[in-house]
Amino acid sequence: MKALLIARRELSGYLRTLSGYVVIAVILALNGLFFNAYALGGASKRSAEVLSQFFYYSSGFTIVASVFISMRLLAEERQTGTLPLLYSSPLRDRDIVLGKFLAGLAFLSLYVLCTLYMPVLVLVNGKVSFGHVAAGYLGLLLLGSASLAVGTFGSALARNQLLAAITSAVMLVALILCWLLARITEQPLSDVFSAMSLWNQHFPPFQSGLIHVRDVVYYLVVTYVALFAATRVLEARRWR
Amino acid sequence: MIQVEGLTKYYGEHAAIRDLAFTIGQGEVIGFLGLNGAGKSTTLKVLGCVLLPTAGRVVIDGHDVVSNAHEVRQRIGYLPDVPPLYEEMTVGEYLAYVARLRGVTARDTTARVGEAEEKTGLREVDGELISTLSHGYRQRVGVAQALVHKPALLILDEPTSGLDPRQIVEMRDVIRGLKGTHTVLVSSHILPEISQTCDRLLIIHKGTLVAQGTEEELGRKMGGGGSIEVEVRGDRARALEVLKPFGAVDVDRAADGVVSLTLRASPDERPRVAQAVVGAGLELLRLDQGAGQLESIFLRLTHGQEVRA
Repeated sequence: MKALLIARRELSGYLRTLSGYVVIAVILALNGLFFNAYALGGASKRSAEVLSQFFYYSSGFTIVASVFISMRLLAEERQTGTLPLLYSSPLRDRDIVLGKFLAGLAFLSLYVLCTLYMPVLVLVNGKVSFGHVAAGYLGLLLLGSASLAVGTFGSALARNQLLAAITSAVMLVALILCWLLARITEQPLSDVFSAMSLWNQHFPPFQSGLIHVRDVVYYLVVTYVALFAATRVLEARRWR
Repeated sequence: MIQVEGLTKYYGEHAAIRDLAFTIGQGEVIGFLGLNGAGKSTTLKVLGCVLLPTAGRVVIDGHDVVSNAHEVRQRIGYLPDVPPLYEEMTVGEYLAYVARLRGVTARDTTARVGEAEEKTGLREVDGELISTLSHGYRQRVGVAQALVHKPALLILDEPTSGLDPRQIVEMRDVIRGLKGTHTVLVSSHILPEISQTCDRLLIIHKGTLVAQGTEEELGRKMGGGGSIEVEVRGDRARALEVLKPFGAVDVDRAADGVVSLTLRASPDERPRVAQAVVGAGLELLRLDQGAGQLESIFLRLTHGQEVRA
């Protein structure tokens, strides 16, 4: 499958250049600092509460990591002039987008995997339900996947990586802030905005160890729609 | 191999190419000639399935580039004006990746990469990172990626751009070596490169095709081309009188009894010009072929004007 070929090359690109490691290292350090200062700090808490706070902070850092990881996906190809290679090869545009996204997701998973030491620290000093950890990590991956897909769309739209990061960040912030719109609008609009919000309604259940099908479906739908839009952008670019 | 009819591409309000029509047969090496901004790259992008045309029809090996692009892409190898290279890969890895992308099986990949490296003289840099290569080698890698999957049609956009004279000669040899196994469409604004490597020429100016044919055919159509540069010692009036019968004469310089002239005549006339000059009692100091026939045709067709890029 051609998408896997593209994914493999892209992933090796991440692993061979310093920028990918720098992104992971910086975000991991910040995540660790927040974990230490806020999740572990303050009054004594139950392990489940510490874990819930860990997922709370990690969700934010996962979104930030997604923006930085996805910004290069398609914008870099455009910037360095390698897009004609993909365009002139017997590939579908969806293969290009899917391959890029999968590589980004694999690299993001590497980051998420690196955060595992924090729940392990909780386990050492307390009692942790593995179900809670698994649900939280599933949530992080789904949230990461949706954010990364939005980032891929931003990367397809933008001329360079910086613009890609800005575009993606704006779109993600808009999605997150939907819950504010839900507060100031009336039904049924408020329900729509609430359901659209990237974090407010859909992530907290994962944070406390609960998996709801509607939340899983929400993140998968966002991923699909954003990747579909990115594919459309690539197709449209052939006209220009 | 290629049929193009009424091909038009607009960028906003600006027409980059207008109503192009030409055909290219199997195994031909075609030179696509034009000034910067004439529409060469746009045409090649459409043929390379990178851009969709605004109007017109392009059929490659029986498949339409718009309705059947996937089939077309399996038959072409395209080198854009900027070689599409991944800096962090080695030459071998990169070519293997492109081969797989273009449908070469995992089992055949190593052999195909080896062949492409052989044809383009890249054997010795197989394990080197692309980011460390010189411009000449990068350009070769660009050509190698276009032919690694043995496509029926090779589309090369300015393969010699930015190369030094020695690298140009080497690249010319590479393109010549492709003759027979591939149909090749190569664009350039460097005339000797085109005249020495191609069977036939397409000359494009301001987005329209102004002439096509072999160099000889174009020369005939344009009423002959070429010039002879002559330098003699003797009387200027006498020199003009002797050379007039061969064609129009321009005096470039006349000083200290030495006259330099440009004679508008075919370079084939050189032996007779030499005889006439010597027979008239003038001392012949230099007799040389002037600007090439192709160059003079090209300049006439494009009126020596620069077009906007």
